[in-house]
Amino acid sequence: MTMIFGIPIQAFLGQLLVGLINGSFYALLSLGLAVIFGLLRVINFAHGAQYMLGAFVAFLGLKHLGIPYWAALVVAPLVVGAFGALIERTMLSRLYNLDPLYGLLFTFGLALTLEGTMRWYYGASGQPYSAPAALTGAIKLPFMVLPIYRAWVIVASLVVCLAVWALIEKTRLGATLRAATENPSLVQSFGINVPMLLTLTYALGAGLAALAGVLAAPIYQVSPLMGSNIIIVVFAVVVVGGMGSILGAIVTGYLLGVAEGLTKVFYPEASNIVIFVIMAIVLILRPAGLFGKEG
Amino acid sequence: MTRYCAAAAAAAAIIATPALSQSVSDGKVKIGILNDQSGVYADFGGLGSVEAAKMAVEDFGGKVLDAPIEVVSADHQNKADIASNIARQWYDTEQVDSIMELTTSSVALAVQALSQEKKKIDLVTGAATTDLTGKACSPYGFHWAYDTHALAVGTGGALVEAGGDSWFFLTADYAFGYSLEDNTAGIVKEKGGTVVGAVKHPLATTDFSSFLLQAQSSGAKVVGLANAGLDTQNAIKQAAEFGITAGGQKLAALLFTLAEVHGLGLETAQGLTLTESFYWDRNDASREWSNRYRERTGKMPNMIQAATYSGVLHYLNAIKAAGTDETEAVAAKMKETPVKDMFAENGKVLANGRMVSDVYLMEVKAPADSKGEWDYYTVKATIPGDQAYLAADKSGCPLVK
Repeated sequence: MTMIFGIPIQAFLGQLLVGLINGSFYALLSLGLAVIFGLLRVINFAHGAQYMLGAFVAFLGLKHLGIPYWAALVVAPLVVGAFGALIERTMLSRLYNLDPLYGLLFTFGLALTLEGTMRWYYGASGQPYSAPAALTGAIKLPFMVLPIYRAWVIVASLVVCLAVWALIEKTRLGATLRAATENPSLVQSFGINVPMLLTLTYALGAGLAALAGVLAAPIYQVSPLMGSNIIIVVFAVVVVGGMGSILGAIVTGYLLGVAEGLTKVFYPEASNIVIFVIMAIVLILRPAGLFGKEG
Repeated sequence: MTRYCAAAAAAAAIIATPALSQSVSDGKVKIGILNDQSGVYADFGGLGSVEAAKMAVEDFGGKVLDAPIEVVSADHQNKADIASNIARQWYDTEQVDSIMELTTSSVALAVQALSQEKKKIDLVTGAATTDLTGKACSPYGFHWAYDTHALAVGTGGALVEAGGDSWFFLTADYAFGYSLEDNTAGIVKEKGGTVVGAVKHPLATTDFSSFLLQAQSSGAKVVGLANAGLDTQNAIKQAAEFGITAGGQKLAALLFTLAEVHGLGLETAQGLTLTESFYWDRNDASREWSNRYRERTGKMPNMIQAATYSGVLHYLNAIKAAGTDETEAVAAKMKETPVKDMFAENGKVLANGRMVSDVYLMEVKAPADSKGEWDYYTVKATIPGDQAYLAADKSGCPLVK
């Protein structure tokens, strides 16, 4: 058997793929965070809660309204996005002119409130949600059993990440958005509704988190705690990638997913800290992050 | 001004409680329920245990030796330092007489040590490690409900006998996981099986695929999940995804209760073998109590919550029998009195504080066989308490010579 770093090549490839799957979630979540931070300068601590809400909308939709998984992929981001827009319009937008700390505290409080509410109604041990029939089962690759659903997650997340990146970096709307954050008053003087743009941006970020939540629902328990388990890692991803860098968030998401996956083979006990070790090293060597612009 | 208020309040208190009990310290018995109310084990014990404790107090009559009984509770967030601080505050300034439940082994060990130092009674229902009645035993410490040895004998023993003689462990990386893995591996080897490998994962891991792949490639017949709560649920859900069970490997959830089965759903949980010391639908007494519990909480109880009721009741009965709430006397009464209630029909408390009662091997029903919302288990076997738990002289507890 061929060995690589002392483990069979089969196992190595398997773990690489598993890392990539986790990386897909990190990428999708950190993308939303990066969009919100890059354009609104808000550190959105409620991101994990919005991810959790996405999963719950899918679960509740299926249970009470019979909304199938495929429809939930569209419905949940819309619902959570609309909720995000409401929060932004009524509360968050009032904090833009204050110290960024206020936004952070506000979203953190929002996250705790949402989690607490869901825990009150649904308990901590979570709710079941199954993958749609078309995506159940597994493909037998030469080196591992790959659940079809996981393959779908990689593809879906890659497509969405690229689409959002293109939307912001390559389209006219994206250019307007970026301009609006650089110089709001100038852009407004061209007759563009800047507050509306900012609301839409926050809704987009929240919607992306919800989409990740729906994708995660069949893999993890739909639990009020699912967001707080993952959000810290996602913040580390954004910091390593460079705050506000959209491409950085995507690439780093996949990279750190793989790094974590491999750690689970070589030294599993360290798998929950490896990302933070990498973060510390990156911050020492490149304080602006891998893809950030040096201030 | 404050001084006058305090004086007035004190005077009012004296007038309001004319029959201040002579034999009970501070004129009341205060029981603290300390457990995880917001984290991964919040359904495992959580507020359900607090409610069970209150039910015990109400069923007892609300007073013992003419002194009122009060239940207080707090969330320890699974952190031993937070738990110790709360326990210290309860004992030092809030006249708490005993602390119970104590989910999470690290917390239970810390609070038991503190309770011994303060000469107070602690009664653990939510933690699993056998060390509580082994090398870390306390003359005032009690352990109800289950422990890692009982789980290992139940689930481990049953599966090896059914042909599952090679094991791979997925172990939570803390005191409880080690204890559960050690105990189960011991039983597996004792019965002629082998352990082909083990991997330790951090608490609150969401993705188990790496670990499951390792378990899969090990070729072991049984994958033992030496973890608890949400961790076990996620591992089971993802094991199905990777075709572990479809590939012929059997999953053994070593600590899994009704609350987690409910969260996972029968579709995913069906066929699992697990061990609990209580099932609501086992006899008339358990059904009667459980239905009352359900009316208050909306859920059916698991063994942790039922055992908390039993433990509180036993403690109150011991105070009544001893005629005082003084720790030595109550602990002695608790040990000499048999436990007979809806939780334990023939329970007894050993010299090391271990409460011994029967445990049950359960199999989770398939959705088609389930007749109602909480109809989840088939009781496959009753394991007598003496087999399930270590004898006091073999427990390693220094109090037992």
